[in-house]
Amino acid sequence: MRANPIIRFATLLLCLCGAAAHAQGTSPPAGGQGLSSDVPTIVINTGTASAVNITVVPFAFEAAGAPAETDVSDIVRMDLARSGLFNALDKKDVVEFPSRGSDIKFPTWNLLKQQFITVGRVLDADGGAMRVEFELFNVAKQEKLLALAITGQRSDLRGVGHQIADLVYEKIIGERGAFWTRIAYVTAAGVSPNINYALMVADSDGYNPQVLVRSREPLLSPSWSPDGKKLAYVSFERGDSAIYIQEIATGARQVISNRKGINGAPAFSPDGSRLALTLSYLGNPDIFIMDLASRETKRITNHFSIDTEAQWMPDGQSLVFTSDRSGKPQLYQVSTAGGDATRLTFQGEYNAKPSISHDGKKFAMAQGTGNVYRIAVLDRSKGAGTMNVLSPGSVDESPSFAPNGSMLLYAATDGPRGVLYAVSANGRVRQRLVLADGDVREPAWGPFRQR
Amino acid sequence: MNTSLRLAIAALLCVTAVGCAKKTKPGGGDTSGGSNVQTPDTGRPDNGGEYTRESLNTDSCLRQRVIYFDLDKTEIKGEFQAQIACHAKFIRQFPDYNVTLEGNADERGSREYNLGLGERRGNAVQSALSSAGAPSNQLNVVSYGEERPTCKDHSESCWAKNRRVELVYTTK
Repeated sequence: MRANPIIRFATLLLCLCGAAAHAQGTSPPAGGQGLSSDVPTIVINTGTASAVNITVVPFAFEAAGAPAETDVSDIVRMDLARSGLFNALDKKDVVEFPSRGSDIKFPTWNLLKQQFITVGRVLDADGGAMRVEFELFNVAKQEKLLALAITGQRSDLRGVGHQIADLVYEKIIGERGAFWTRIAYVTAAGVSPNINYALMVADSDGYNPQVLVRSREPLLSPSWSPDGKKLAYVSFERGDSAIYIQEIATGARQVISNRKGINGAPAFSPDGSRLALTLSYLGNPDIFIMDLASRETKRITNHFSIDTEAQWMPDGQSLVFTSDRSGKPQLYQVSTAGGDATRLTFQGEYNAKPSISHDGKKFAMAQGTGNVYRIAVLDRSKGAGTMNVLSPGSVDESPSFAPNGSMLLYAATDGPRGVLYAVSANGRVRQRLVLADGDVREPAWGPFRQR
Repeated sequence: MNTSLRLAIAALLCVTAVGCAKKTKPGGGDTSGGSNVQTPDTGRPDNGGEYTRESLNTDSCLRQRVIYFDLDKTEIKGEFQAQIACHAKFIRQFPDYNVTLEGNADERGSREYNLGLGERRGNAVQSALSSAGAPSNQLNVVSYGEERPTCKDHSESCWAKNRRVELVYTTK
């Protein structure tokens, strides 16, 4: 094992960060606050899961004019690294710079114990766009696995990089990549009572943040529609909680629920036709399902405890939710037809805010023991299930799975400030996201995008 | 505190205060809230224990508008019973006041669950006020969960300040 992977990654990130901050100059960043100046940290927990060795050679810039600010190969390298499934060779350890498969000297990469290598070049395309051609090889077999080109605007080279990373990931891992996706989160800037809240949407690595909603009152619980076009969320702008659904592209929005008491925890059904939500107008918080076309609601739980934070199982047949019916919060599962709920979690004093993996086998949660709250994942793919802790605490909450289950976002704190982390589902790599200054919380990983 | 003791204190303050103003008439009908009405610091006039509108800002009990809770608890602790009693009395006396009970939780755990906890605490205060005589149609519960902390340290002393219900008065 090489020494000091943390420092090497941090150095790489510093370079990336500088380049990205420069690129940000052209688009308005989050809330006019600009990018955070602090260095995002990658922590690699070596010695657990295995990872694939891959080299992403810096792509040759063969287009006219000055090289683009965004180095596409940096995006690919960072994406693969933070998935926790790859050891991506550090840029400064790359000793040769082939840009075409025919230029690769395989013995060199064999010596460096690399299993895969990606090379590529950036070319001009019609209408001022850029065409990025890339190839992926198996080093030992000297076999070409991919040879593709993706075209994008100069301003969207980060998006092109994420798409390339997705294709490389899928070819090697055998599952669709989720780097070319978006995330939603909430920021809070200022000091009480003058706090400005914003609902934000950004790339999966936190770049290209856009403001969707601004409010002087709290915003929380963003939830993506399955087509990625809408967000449901909770806003206190009317004085009490209300649920809104907003179109991301147009900003058009509707009040979906503003009953007396709590209107909270919206979650779109897998087919997008229904919304699970928490309402307390009948006395205490219970789970309901609203048909979005008719706006009719059906009560799913009926218990004097707090029932909230419903998430849909991928088959749409049942919900997993938080309830303190046993004393402290634990996760339960209930059919969307109603009926009795079944308790899912038995380890940990406090388990809340479930996020369910795409295959319905893993359940992430905020787990509290004493004063320490961490992100834990209950893996029920084998037997009764095992519980793994993925974050160090101590005020970690709000986990959200990537649509392929490979990584999770969660909220943590740095002193008084809220920050977001991405952690690989195998716990191997954890990275703080580069986001706007101020308090950041309530991450929600969006669905796959249509290619 | 019993009524006679309160009256005694009010009377004593009145006697000792120089230029103690004439109080509002007894009968409870005078709730005009005019600025000519002056009251001693206790806000309790010598009119048989009735409050005036100004009592809200002058009475030492009514000025206490925050009720704190133990971890994961919604019971109202004994030390807040006097506060519940004086607010219930004031609310009953002035039907044109509404009181929003803003429930709050500390930062630990999930935000939506904490919305539920805040509401549960707000409901506990509502029910205590009702039991003490406050008409429920003047009471309204809003939960902010952990969204409106009064301090942001990760310590029990800070968390204790955030586990609270605030009484917010508005006039109809």
